[in-house]
Amino acid sequence: MSTTLAPEETRDEVAPAERTPGGTTYSPRFDIWENDDELILYGDLPGVMPEDLDVRFEKPVLTIHGKVSPRHNDIKFLHGEYGIGDFHRTFTVGEAIDTERISAELKNGVVTVHLPKSEKVKPRRIEVKSD
Amino acid sequence: MSTTRWQPLGSAWPEMKRMQEEIERWSRRAGRNDRHRSVPSTYPPLNLWEDNNNLYVEAELPELELTDLKIFVDGDNQLSIKGDRKQPERVSGVWHRQERGHGKFSRAGELPQYVDSEKVTAELKHGVLTITLPKRKEAKARRIEVKAS
Repeated sequence: MSTTLAPEETRDEVAPAERTPGGTTYSPRFDIWENDDELILYGDLPGVMPEDLDVRFEKPVLTIHGKVSPRHNDIKFLHGEYGIGDFHRTFTVGEAIDTERISAELKNGVVTVHLPKSEKVKPRRIEVKSD
Repeated sequence: MSTTRWQPLGSAWPEMKRMQEEIERWSRRAGRNDRHRSVPSTYPPLNLWEDNNNLYVEAELPELELTDLKIFVDGDNQLSIKGDRKQPERVSGVWHRQERGHGKFSRAGELPQYVDSEKVTAELKHGVLTITLPKRKEAKARRIEVKAS
């Protein structure tokens, strides 16, 4: 687990779905990748359109909320295996992230959040000079 | 890769269940504890509904393009969906968390009615696949006129 990014997951493990007055909110699945320069979060948000995605950072919490408009009104399901609702998940972001440069994009129902590392924590190659 | 069948229900599904719950249940049944690393055999979960003219099958398939999918209707009532969800390739880094499943998947099942397989259409928008299956004429609901004697 990264020291700079910790999903707040107690609720995630115990209750993947939560009922709220507006409907059911689901905890989306995420992959987290890290290299020397940045951390990248990939999250599955099927059915979320770019204008309905809210990614915000309020130190130290990164919040991802995707609104999903109901796709089916007044229909009778013959067979149902999943529910439809908003997606919500939060992550705690450590000091080592350059929060000013956090960026996000949404494509094919997948959000990609880039969390660039602060210059001071990046590994630095020390130039070795010869005489 | 494995194939499973689903049993369409005759009446409305009493409660909607989320993908995660389904996956957990099926993973446990299959004896796999590591639910995050393999694509379960019931992937993708499906919702099925109808109107007078069509059957509709919907699945959440984020990250995929329509060209990554193969959708077949055999015998006008056997639907199969196959695909391969590839993880984004990343070099010189580490994965800290992999909750999203990747890999090949396949699902097949019998539709509750016969459809016109020549006219089946599919669209994939924002990670949601919708397959529209026009009902065969004889399968369409017909209102029977009841005459009073």
